[in-house]
Amino acid sequence: MNTPLVSLVEAGKTYGQLDVLSSMTMSLNEGEVLGLFGHNGAGKTTMMKLILGVISPSKGRVTVMGMAPDSKEAWHCRSKVGYLPENVSFYEQLTGLEVLTYFVKLKGFSNKDCKRKAIDLLEQVGITYAMKRQVKTYSKGMRQRLGLAQAFIGEPKLLLLDEPTVGLDPIATRDFYKTVDQLKSNGSSVILCSHVLPGVEQHIDRAMILSSGKLLAMGTLSELRAQAALPVVIKPISFKKGGLNDAVAQDAKLKHFVSGSCQNTLMVPEQEKLAVLKQLLSLEELDDVHVESANLEQVYQHFLEKYERNFQQKIQGGQYS
Amino acid sequence: MKQMLTVANKEFYDGLRNRWLVSITLIFALLSVGLTYFGAAASGAVGVTSLSTTVASLASLAVFLIPLIALLLSYDSFVGEQESGTLLLLLTYPLSKSQLLLGKFIGQGGIIALATFLGFGASALLLYFQLGDTDIFSAFGLFIISAILLGLSFTAISYIISLSVSEKSKAAGFALITWFLFSLAFDLALLALLVGVEDGVTQQGLTQLMMLNPTDIFRLVNLSGLDSSDVNGALAVAINASLSQFQLFSALVAWVVLPLSIAIFIFKKKKL
Repeated sequence: MNTPLVSLVEAGKTYGQLDVLSSMTMSLNEGEVLGLFGHNGAGKTTMMKLILGVISPSKGRVTVMGMAPDSKEAWHCRSKVGYLPENVSFYEQLTGLEVLTYFVKLKGFSNKDCKRKAIDLLEQVGITYAMKRQVKTYSKGMRQRLGLAQAFIGEPKLLLLDEPTVGLDPIATRDFYKTVDQLKSNGSSVILCSHVLPGVEQHIDRAMILSSGKLLAMGTLSELRAQAALPVVIKPISFKKGGLNDAVAQDAKLKHFVSGSCQNTLMVPEQEKLAVLKQLLSLEELDDVHVESANLEQVYQHFLEKYERNFQQKIQGGQYS
Repeated sequence: MKQMLTVANKEFYDGLRNRWLVSITLIFALLSVGLTYFGAAASGAVGVTSLSTTVASLASLAVFLIPLIALLLSYDSFVGEQESGTLLLLLTYPLSKSQLLLGKFIGQGGIIALATFLGFGASALLLYFQLGDTDIFSAFGLFIISAILLGLSFTAISYIISLSVSEKSKAAGFALITWFLFSLAFDLALLALLVGVEDGVTQQGLTQLMMLNPTDIFRLVNLSGLDSSDVNGALAVAINASLSQFQLFSALVAWVVLPLSIAIFIFKKKKL
């Protein structure tokens, strides 16, 4: 096991009385993609800033590539880190190419390579056609692509992307995830920070769910699903006259799983899924079956709701005691 | 070092692109040529007047214009980037805060310096062709160098403003107040002190008080070398207790270095 690329040990950040991030412990290995989910103000951006070394932790320790990112020694590591901020509007009066060339130069590339490198990156994100235009004429999606090109400068070993797909059309989103997969297979680690996005699931190895500066859950998607113990939704479908209702409702094994709100739906715990499916398949009336595991969004909502319930209880408990 | 020059280069080209350099140069050139030619119009003559009158009028003009222009050019250089999000991004690059600040300073300072040099240099040339006197160059050299230092000093002061506030419009407001305080209010207060309080300040004390304001140092540099017949008011008193040019220039340089260091200090403490 090699040392993790990024590790946080009980790291926290407070601004005055406000706990923006309370003791967070996590690590990120090489070639791993971590999804960071949470509401606005959950502490996602603060965590990214800690990892970037733009701010120093109030307590605990942050290590990136074996060094504290806010220290002087970590200086040369910065050219190996790419960052896409959440809201960035680049220098409006410059052209896209000029903006990117500036950033390539700042990353420490020699002057003569800069322009070519910038053009390559613009090609990668697909806005070469607009590179001679001023940024102020760019659409939201084009700006986002420019931001991504900026984050990809110098094949970073660590990428931190804050809401990377906001404003991207579906094709650009697909291209973006393709790039993420590519970077990952080259050994780069990525932290994707986001409200829950549809489509992000296949591309992340692990997810972290944050709320008001606290870690609610962390793990691979299947681990999180197991923790949340959300049922699998199974919809048996029959085109025959009379349908399935009675068959399912009368079946001794199946009738416990019928959803209270919808007669045609079975809510089945993950471990019972196969048994239920087998039983269903034995029914003659069955024509088709629709199986849906809990998706990331549901898992996310589950953890948030659980957290809020606990929080409410705590408040009420405090009032009565 | 390379990173710093990259920033400086970008800021300088921004100044070119936004027509700052052209406008400032034109303003300085037109006004100074105008003053050179028509400075004596009040006494009924048109044409080049004496060197000392010209420099005196130019100095009194520059003392208002240069701080205003420097503040206008730079008041948003940090708060503007903070609002657009690029400041945070730049700080994740291999670029230290002082490198970023000094880079901006070199770039924007370069714009001010070049515009001052070209604008006022034009009237120096004009005077030379009219009078054919080589003294012009030493007098104007002194004037231009001190004007550049004055500009740089206010560029540094505007960085302090830009780093201390979180909104562009506030920075603009503070820049205006700063200009008013240094260019107008300070001198009025000094005058009030001189006139209103008998034996309130000695000549020596007055000169020392003037060191607290870069625009006054600039005036002293440019007027103390001239016939004091062209100079009156509080300044004439101060000139009599004259400091050497070297001391005055050191004070001006201090007014560049000190605000710049304070700005770096504030930047390092700044929450992002």
